[in-house]
Amino acid sequence: MAAFETHFNTCNWDDTLASINAKTKADVEVALASNKRSLEDFKALISPAAKPFLEQMGQMSRELTKKRFGNTIQMYAPLYLSNECQNICTYCGFSLTNKIPRRTLTDSEILKEVKFLKNKGFDHVLLVTGEANNTVGVNYLNNAIKLVKPHFSNISIEVQPLEQNEYELLIENGLYAVLVYQETYHKNEYKKHHPKGKKSNFEYRLDTPDRLGKAGIHKIGLGALFGLEDWRADSFFTALHLKYLQKHYWKTKYSISFPRLRPHSGGLEPKVEMTDADLVQLICAYRLLDEDLELSMSTRESETFRDHIVQLGITSISSESKTNPGGYAVEPQSLEQFEISDERSTEAFTKMLKNQGLEVVWKDWQHFN
Amino acid sequence: MNNKLQIADKTFSSRLFTGTGKFSSSALMKSALLASESELITVALKRVDVQDKDDDILLHLNHSRINLLPNTSGVRDAKEAVFAAELSREALETNWVKLEIHPDPRYLLPDPIETLKAAEALVKKGFVVMPYIHADPVLCKRLEEVGVQCVMPLGAPIGSNKGLKTQEFLEIIIEQSNVPVIVDAGIGSPSHAAHAMEIGADAVLVNTAIAVSQNPVEMAEAFKMAVQAGRMAYQAKLAPVKNQAEASSPLTSFLN
Repeated sequence: MAAFETHFNTCNWDDTLASINAKTKADVEVALASNKRSLEDFKALISPAAKPFLEQMGQMSRELTKKRFGNTIQMYAPLYLSNECQNICTYCGFSLTNKIPRRTLTDSEILKEVKFLKNKGFDHVLLVTGEANNTVGVNYLNNAIKLVKPHFSNISIEVQPLEQNEYELLIENGLYAVLVYQETYHKNEYKKHHPKGKKSNFEYRLDTPDRLGKAGIHKIGLGALFGLEDWRADSFFTALHLKYLQKHYWKTKYSISFPRLRPHSGGLEPKVEMTDADLVQLICAYRLLDEDLELSMSTRESETFRDHIVQLGITSISSESKTNPGGYAVEPQSLEQFEISDERSTEAFTKMLKNQGLEVVWKDWQHFN
Repeated sequence: MNNKLQIADKTFSSRLFTGTGKFSSSALMKSALLASESELITVALKRVDVQDKDDDILLHLNHSRINLLPNTSGVRDAKEAVFAAELSREALETNWVKLEIHPDPRYLLPDPIETLKAAEALVKKGFVVMPYIHADPVLCKRLEEVGVQCVMPLGAPIGSNKGLKTQEFLEIIIEQSNVPVIVDAGIGSPSHAAHAMEIGADAVLVNTAIAVSQNPVEMAEAFKMAVQAGRMAYQAKLAPVKNQAEASSPLTSFLN
């Protein structure tokens, strides 16, 4: 079976971007009226021509989300295990050349962090690391998964890309989902932002979801980091990736995240700005493309934005996140991967959700084996 | 006329079965489910903590009229389904299980092969098995042969609210079945529920249409009435549908 790379190489970045920008009001109207939307419809919905239809898109997105997910929202928490990293990434606080104290949590430190999150009510956890194969390789991850499994119903990871057999091992020990963002699908820009380390291999990262699909993972999270390149073209390629994966790995569930560049130590200014309205447009466009897709939001976004976006298509959200290893309980003062924006407590955040008539879902998974 | 529905050792006055997902709060869920007068209510094992006596959903379902029907949503094959059913029998003290095996996470369409395998194993282990399946008449007979106590064919994909898209096949299933036929999934409005009952379904299961309505309590009551009306119409025998108008004073009546 060919991997996504082959499929991807048939599409050209500049032509794609030009065809998105060429979409007209009529194209948007056709896309909105359709009940099975194609990737061409998706292009129309993320195009500048769709801006005047934003309210309508919002209403439609809300209705479709309600139908499939009901009046509920899933909570999750990131748990940073390590900031050690052998990669240079121009936008990341953990980048190799950044002079920050490096730390990898021990078992007892991980359990301290777990206790903090459990007290907050979390039951779905996302384990995060940098890429440092000597200290935070597959053995470390396997140990961490086994360690936290008795405490969480649902375990995801956002770490370096692994081999298929390594994923198989982690899945057997309780891993549910893997988030692996391409950052940008613009190959040359990708190389500029990832000049050193294993991450500089664009193709290896691009074919990671294929390895995950073959390993039989329950869920794959996709996304692009907005600010590196044009968000419209990057989102089209993300959607192309999604559609490809859905056809090939039909037992796997998919989620999309929408990280926008945030300030961090050693910061990079976004090359291409994505406004709040752009982000709303994109989230609604994904919902109109796929009514079953999980759409996820982090605490990178502001309070106001998050208070409103939970009614517009988002189905999974974090709160009170710390992006530094040990940030919850072990060493709250250490340096973060990026600054979060919504700093409300989980109690305050979930109260806001309830006031909006949303049932907060903590547990929605169980391993029956 | 005995209008009660018998499944295994239980008798139901209400032919409306309901679910617990998608409500905006557990309190609202409880009010709606009580208004529906439903006596059999399904709950996803993956959504509750069966070990926790204070689980919010389970606490709200603790009512003398309500029988819990744990479902195996989230499992991908027969082995996981059997494991889930055994876990729920032990923790929730019921041998009833709604067998749902949908390895496809998008449309949640049931896997017929794994469902048949799991049904056979669970019946042998003493479960009352209610399998969620496609409207496939042959599969229904095969399930009946392995000893399931009812079948639950879908009207349309779960949560789609599209009504009885599978009507032709549901009618064959109803005609052939020796166990109760419960139309599950796709019922989006009270008229769909009445329709299912009119064609002879023994019961319907409704969740999304109630939970996602603007007023779940009123919608639950509307479904209750629709199911009753549909059942009554079925028993009273509907007048046949005609393609042409039929004169009430026929032209050939002078011959009599």
